[in-house]
Amino acid sequence: MTVFGAGGGTSSYREAEDADLLVFWGSNAREAHPIFFHHALKAIHKGAKVYSVDPRRAKTAEWADSWLGLDVGTDVALAYGIGREIIHAGLVNEAFVRNATTGFDEYVAAAEPWTLEVTSRETGVPAELIRQLAHDYATAERAQICWTLGITEHHNGTDNVRSLCNLALLTGHVGRWGSGLVPLRGQNNVQGGGDMGAIPKNLPGFQDVGNPEHRAKFERLWNVTMPPKYGMTLSEMMHAMDEGHLTNLYIIGENPVQSDADSSAVGRRLENLDHLVVQDIFLTKTASYAHVVLPCAAAWCESEGTFTNSERRIQRVRKALEPPGSAKDDIEIMRLIAERLGRGWPQQTAEQVWDELRAVSPKHHGMTYKLLDERGGLQWPFPDENGPESPFLHARLWDKDPEKRGQPAPFGTPKHSLPVDKLNDEFPLRLTTGRRLTDYNTGVQSGGFNSPIRFGGCVDMSPEDMARLGINEWEVVRVTSRRGSVLAPARLEPGLRPGLLFMACNFPDEVDVNLLTIEANDPISGTAEFKATAVKVEKTNDDPGRENSIADSTDYGRYDREFAPAK
Amino acid sequence: MDLKFSNAEPSEDERDAVDRLLGFGEGGWHGGERDEQDYRRAHTGRAARSRRHLVMEALHAVNDRIGWISPGALNYVGKRLSVAPADVYSVATFYALFSTHPRPARIVHVCTDIACMARGSKELCAGLEKKLGPAGANNGWKHSPCLGVCERAPAAMAVEAGDPPHEHLIGPAAVDAIVLALDAGPAALAAEAPPAMAVPQAGQEGLMLLKRVGRIDPESIDDYLAADGYDGLRRAFEMGPGQVIGEVKDSRLMGRGGAAFPAGVKWESTAKQPATPRYLVCNADESEPGTFKDRAILEGDPFALIESMTIAGYAIGAARGYIYLRGEYPRAFRMLRNAIDRARGRGFLGDNVMGTGWGFELEIRRGAGAYICGEETAIFNSIEGYRGEPRSKPPFPFEAGLFSKPTVVNNVETLCNVPLIMRMGGAEYAKIGTEGSTGPKLFCVSGNLVRPGVYEVPFGATLGDVLKLAGGVPQGRTLQAVLLGGAAGGFVRADELDIPLTFEGARANNTTLGSGVVLAFDDTVDLSAILLRIARFFRDESCGQCVPCRVGTVRQEEALLRIAHNGHNAAAVGRDIGLLRDVGLVMKDSSICGLGQAAWNAVESAIDRLGVLKESR
Repeated sequence: MTVFGAGGGTSSYREAEDADLLVFWGSNAREAHPIFFHHALKAIHKGAKVYSVDPRRAKTAEWADSWLGLDVGTDVALAYGIGREIIHAGLVNEAFVRNATTGFDEYVAAAEPWTLEVTSRETGVPAELIRQLAHDYATAERAQICWTLGITEHHNGTDNVRSLCNLALLTGHVGRWGSGLVPLRGQNNVQGGGDMGAIPKNLPGFQDVGNPEHRAKFERLWNVTMPPKYGMTLSEMMHAMDEGHLTNLYIIGENPVQSDADSSAVGRRLENLDHLVVQDIFLTKTASYAHVVLPCAAAWCESEGTFTNSERRIQRVRKALEPPGSAKDDIEIMRLIAERLGRGWPQQTAEQVWDELRAVSPKHHGMTYKLLDERGGLQWPFPDENGPESPFLHARLWDKDPEKRGQPAPFGTPKHSLPVDKLNDEFPLRLTTGRRLTDYNTGVQSGGFNSPIRFGGCVDMSPEDMARLGINEWEVVRVTSRRGSVLAPARLEPGLRPGLLFMACNFPDEVDVNLLTIEANDPISGTAEFKATAVKVEKTNDDPGRENSIADSTDYGRYDREFAPAK
Repeated sequence: MDLKFSNAEPSEDERDAVDRLLGFGEGGWHGGERDEQDYRRAHTGRAARSRRHLVMEALHAVNDRIGWISPGALNYVGKRLSVAPADVYSVATFYALFSTHPRPARIVHVCTDIACMARGSKELCAGLEKKLGPAGANNGWKHSPCLGVCERAPAAMAVEAGDPPHEHLIGPAAVDAIVLALDAGPAALAAEAPPAMAVPQAGQEGLMLLKRVGRIDPESIDDYLAADGYDGLRRAFEMGPGQVIGEVKDSRLMGRGGAAFPAGVKWESTAKQPATPRYLVCNADESEPGTFKDRAILEGDPFALIESMTIAGYAIGAARGYIYLRGEYPRAFRMLRNAIDRARGRGFLGDNVMGTGWGFELEIRRGAGAYICGEETAIFNSIEGYRGEPRSKPPFPFEAGLFSKPTVVNNVETLCNVPLIMRMGGAEYAKIGTEGSTGPKLFCVSGNLVRPGVYEVPFGATLGDVLKLAGGVPQGRTLQAVLLGGAAGGFVRADELDIPLTFEGARANNTTLGSGVVLAFDDTVDLSAILLRIARFFRDESCGQCVPCRVGTVRQEEALLRIAHNGHNAAAVGRDIGLLRDVGLVMKDSSICGLGQAAWNAVESAIDRLGVLKESR
């Protein structure tokens, strides 16, 4: 957003298929974004080269021509090292840098100390691999950097993103078919939520709450006066609750008691509220804290509307089922609340709500329901019914006419900063988190399905650490951070090196990972540093059943039996 | 790659067998020792996956050494080649010569196919059963489809896993020899009959394809050179690739593998493809029951194939050729390996063939007991390290064959005509034989005949002529029927001996030459048992990929079994013959490849031409 002026992946899924180089950085897309990875696989089968930059050698890395196993939280350093190598090797796309960017000199100065040797020492990645990635990325005809929470779930997540944008600017890998910056979204409609203004500073269509012109449009449409003040981010709300300013909360479709860092702190805050309303399709753990629970319709099958995916494609969602019991459509719930608050909002269909959005969001203006139907979805920006669609963003940066090129994209000079939760003798191990293919977020939606490859909540350890600590596979161990402690079975994972642990976030009822994680938030995005926790692991005789229940359904012996060699 | 390994570890021997083929694994991600570098780097992408084509070779290495392939070995092969062990397992279980169950190091494969049935394999098996117990790996002996040693029927192949392994074709096989092979190892057996024994005409004047067999030492390149060896390649280099193709087209050489497609057209369309590299594949997976002509050349004159392939490779602009050799031909494998080494040593292969600056390499890939791999696209999958399942066409091999590149696939015999054509010129060659069938032709003459073997005749000879060459049926017996073209071919009656053995002659008489099988049955043979064996063969060899063949071959065998049991019940037999016709038609019309399409040919001809099943009423 800061660099290019719009918050969204720059490229279409289809473009990945035509890329010559795909860099998965802080992304285990093979497991976490299987649909996107199918596009990546097409590229791979066509001959694309793949890099995986990830502390773990995860499934994505198995598909990569090279895996760079950096230390957790050294992404800024690695990106500088790559950038410096590109500069020193004379591989900068100078015309692009000259025409379409600002701040190059400052960037060069900031990158200068990051020689291959220094970068290698700081990140742990062999210098030769850093060099190789730099050269391959800079010389590829079409290259994409794809990232996910491995980049953003840090106290300096925004700086990490900035670092990757810098590399695209250096080499001109943006604004062209097949080249781009691709933040992969974890849910089907994360992009849509942001686009519709579920961001504290935004009105629908990336319009600024602080901008009087933008506000005026909405004020005219809705016949109200809008407060010019930005809203609070999630982390700001947490603070406000701690300080007692925020006493009433309305949560829609979130499960922060299990999904947020330092979850015991979250629970305490919710308990102290004067009034808590939770609107959800399931009675989540968060809902159990609520004074009022509003059961709503499942958006993907019991309700009309649209979803927007990571490639900015808006697609219609059609109602297939009546919601059960007293569950109501989200739109209807809002309307009824407005009614109780004394505002007579009209009853509207999903299409009428959509047309209301089109009236105020230029990026969506051209997308009628009719066109969405006919074309099977459309990508924004689409200001005009006559098109054209925009498969990728920022093509303007390549325009010969400086007028049309518009605002140049600025290089950033983020500072390398190690994770907040420092390792020391007491907490010598680095725990990072993520998801598994079988499961999704806190498991509320995916836990109800059986899967033969699910092995439940556990802590993954390197063979070396297990041997050093004398731990057998599936033995229950105690994992402790500065904030809390959990019991978890240990699972052998050769994709980890000594000192690095991994836990999936998908099984909070079995092993509540977020009792361990730290609420060190990025100042801009408000995202917590889920990816870097300092922990220790100890052998224990404690019965996990007493402390936190490991679901009876998880049969660990089964794994051994089924994967044991034939006798 | 999403590779899931079990905890099974390879034994030292298994590891060593694979390492000798592939070199040592680099680091923990490739099956070697995990070291500190592995904590920070891994390269398991394209480069690692590009060795997939070595899966079969690695399985051979283990199977040859141990006798079977353990879960630990499957894991290790998978790790070394970046292939999921489940996938490696799926390949290993596709091929009959590989075992994924423990079995003894020594094992004898006893041929029970049609040519051997005609010559006493049933009695042999009965004797073995008495001595060793029922057929099964644990008793040391197994039934086998055709081993391609039909001239010495009944045949058997003794195998001893080890370092090095020993393999030995026995024929004619007797109980004592097989027991000896199991007790003392195949090395204890008397030496195999010399290659020329398969060619009763060996040494005669006027032979063209077989002229060197029995006259030269097949292991000596000097002998080969002294007998016109490499004259063809020399001529080819003088002509240039375009003219080589022109001569082959003028010769009207038709493929000898069974499909009779004009070789020159195949070459030309491949050479015209812009994509490179192009490949040449020699189909030496001679598995059609009753076929052994290629073996006679491979064992008796291996350099001829090397020269022929070099000419073909030159003509189509290929840099590499593969010889896909059936796994049951151990001596042919040794001969070819030696010939390639010698040829390379003398500069007839390598980066600068005969000083021309043009480079060409040959590689042998061994099959492992799967008839279907002789199909021209299944052979690609097998070389690439997959299950030998045929591909859907189009794309045709000349567009996208081996490794999806333009590829020529030719049979051994087809290729071995090429040096002749180079020396004589295409037009002159075309004068041999008939209008529609030019050149000399090899026939695999076996069954109840006095002198079975490979016979070379110019196209145009009749079936009777060929049988006469082989001495006819032994005295006191009468000819009952002849199977032309192998299991996928058709029967003709004893009164049809004037059928000309040409492509057009066979077609006119509603039969086929196929791969050149002429299998004679005298009056002592139970033809309905032969039909059952053919049906069992197709059921066993169907790759299972397409439904008509997978299901149809089973139904066909079942119907024939019922007929054998219900012989007295005319109505039931009639119903089953109706069913056979329906199933046969479906297989013919809708199978992906020739196996299913031809699986009913022999049975159909036996019913319609011989009236075999009606006789059993």
